[in-house]
Amino acid sequence: MEGAILKIRNLRTYFFTRRGIVKAVDGVSFDLVKGECLCLVGESGCGKTVTALSILGLIDTPPGRIVAGEIFYDGMDLAKCSAEQLRHVRGKEIAMIFQDAQSALNPVFTIGDQIVEQIKLHLKVSYREARDKVINLLKEVGIPSPEEVANYYPHQLSGGMKQRAMIAMSLSCDPQLLIADEPTTAVDVTIKAQIIDIFHQLKETRKMSLLFITHELGIVSEIGDRIVVMYAGRVAETAAVSELLNNPKHPYSTGLIKCLPDITQERERLESIPGTVPSLIDLPSGCLFHPRCDKAIAICRKKQPLPVSVNHGHTVFCHLY
Amino acid sequence: MLNHKLLEVENLKKYYPVSGGLLYRHLGDVKAVDGVSFYIRDGETLGLVGESGCGKSTLGRTILRLEEPTEGTIIYRGTDITKLDRKELRGLRKEIQIIFQDPQSSLDPRMTIGQSIGEALLIHGLKDDRERGRRVTDMLERVGLEAQLALRYPHEFSSGQRQRIGIARALAPSPRLIIADEPVSALDVSIQAQILNLMLDLRREFRLAYLLIAHDLSVIRQVSQRVAVMYLGKIVELAETGEIFINALHPYTEALISAIPSIRQRKIRILLPGNVPSPLNPPPGCRFHTRCHRVLPICHQAEPHLKDVGNGHLVACHLHGV
Repeated sequence: MEGAILKIRNLRTYFFTRRGIVKAVDGVSFDLVKGECLCLVGESGCGKTVTALSILGLIDTPPGRIVAGEIFYDGMDLAKCSAEQLRHVRGKEIAMIFQDAQSALNPVFTIGDQIVEQIKLHLKVSYREARDKVINLLKEVGIPSPEEVANYYPHQLSGGMKQRAMIAMSLSCDPQLLIADEPTTAVDVTIKAQIIDIFHQLKETRKMSLLFITHELGIVSEIGDRIVVMYAGRVAETAAVSELLNNPKHPYSTGLIKCLPDITQERERLESIPGTVPSLIDLPSGCLFHPRCDKAIAICRKKQPLPVSVNHGHTVFCHLY
Repeated sequence: MLNHKLLEVENLKKYYPVSGGLLYRHLGDVKAVDGVSFYIRDGETLGLVGESGCGKSTLGRTILRLEEPTEGTIIYRGTDITKLDRKELRGLRKEIQIIFQDPQSSLDPRMTIGQSIGEALLIHGLKDDRERGRRVTDMLERVGLEAQLALRYPHEFSSGQRQRIGIARALAPSPRLIIADEPVSALDVSIQAQILNLMLDLRREFRLAYLLIAHDLSVIRQVSQRVAVMYLGKIVELAETGEIFINALHPYTEALISAIPSIRQRKIRILLPGNVPSPLNPPPGCRFHTRCHRVLPICHQAEPHLKDVGNGHLVACHLHGV
């Protein structure tokens, strides 16, 4: 795709455990265009986080390993980079925000010092300059009295504030691409709204490219440009957000949309998808979704579906099309 | 029968004393629940919503007397629960059961799920092994699990299945009221819908009443008849579910509803600034005034009381019905 900042081709990340090979990511391809917000959506255990960690070379080896595929970023294949090369990319070019800000921050350093550390690692600046930068960053993510908060330890901040501090830290070296792994999952609704608001601002003021991992379609509809629906380590459907929400093709996407509780109307029962995500060690044959699919046909059990383009920029992996 | 009040809570308070300093003096109280009154009818679901730290879980636990109330009465079918002794309490807990948020940590990892469910029955006097086994099988089938799974251990199940087990265990002693404390917030959307549907089916089948505690208003909307909104230990609004979503009166409720990300409609979002203040030292006047977008001068001084503004719609706000 034109202007892609990140191109992932046929990525396979497996974990070799005593019980067998866990195919956490199994042949995932997508492009992320500069300046867009691409959302990676799916249930827990479908490989969203492992995809993100693979991009940053943060897969624990052993047991995990990228066994095949390419991750192109700025002319480099990150899947084949050395640890040293990756260290220059991580935090500076591509930054990540983790789901649990509580455990991602170091409890024995102040917020300010943690961010300064990262800045000094990647940029040649004095402590003073780095410190000034930290104050500006904290201000940018809407932390009140940033001079004071920079001297706080993580436990002195509320959950929402910690998540803001995490975002400030990820922005500290002006990265080109920001990966956010469920940044709103562990916080309250009102705080969630505040965090989404920050991402809106980042998109507008910094023209930031975002890879946003979430399981909440409501959030996707608010900040996403394009969406990749994942199921059991593979891509099920890719489309523009409004296209996918209004015209989902894959039975899994349809199911995810249907089972959202709707506050605009009252219903007797909620729709649900029967069953659960299969074990990644013992995957079903053919289309991975067929045991839970109400539209499954004979071929779904035998053959893995190939991508079908149903519309401009709308691709679905399903035998029905 | 549906108008019969199953549970009536009157001016319930739960304070946790805080001590500290050199002489370990009493410094104040965390007012987790601070004067809450409501009732639940037979066979009704009351949704209780609020942010973390607003006291909703403490309220649920206090009703079961897992926490001792500081003040107030809890009347369950004519008896004041707060005055029961240990033995009488056990009889009560047969009638009122609880489902926890995290099914992983609420099941004993060293007991098979059959034993876990059976234990609830044993405690409540079902001594006959055969009969108990039959009842466990029956419960498992009711929640959509196969009978032979009774011999398995909790770690062998997915989180959705574990929540089903948690429900089966709560259901085993045939309760009339179930307190469900965030039963679906740890689950994936597709599984959430399965569990909520199960809860709806069981309510119909066993004529259960629920106190459904959740922070997600869209979950509450699907299954509750009435909704109570809590903020810093107090109920700020209580109304029929349909009413509250169409005609929310309290600015906090408005903000909560507007904060729900929805794929179906675009709307103007009310962004609440800041966080919930500390319950150790709640703001004077209306507790919400520090974050309110429609604050009046009076809100800084006088605390509003819960008032009926018609049709059983209660709200505690100076903007309405003073």
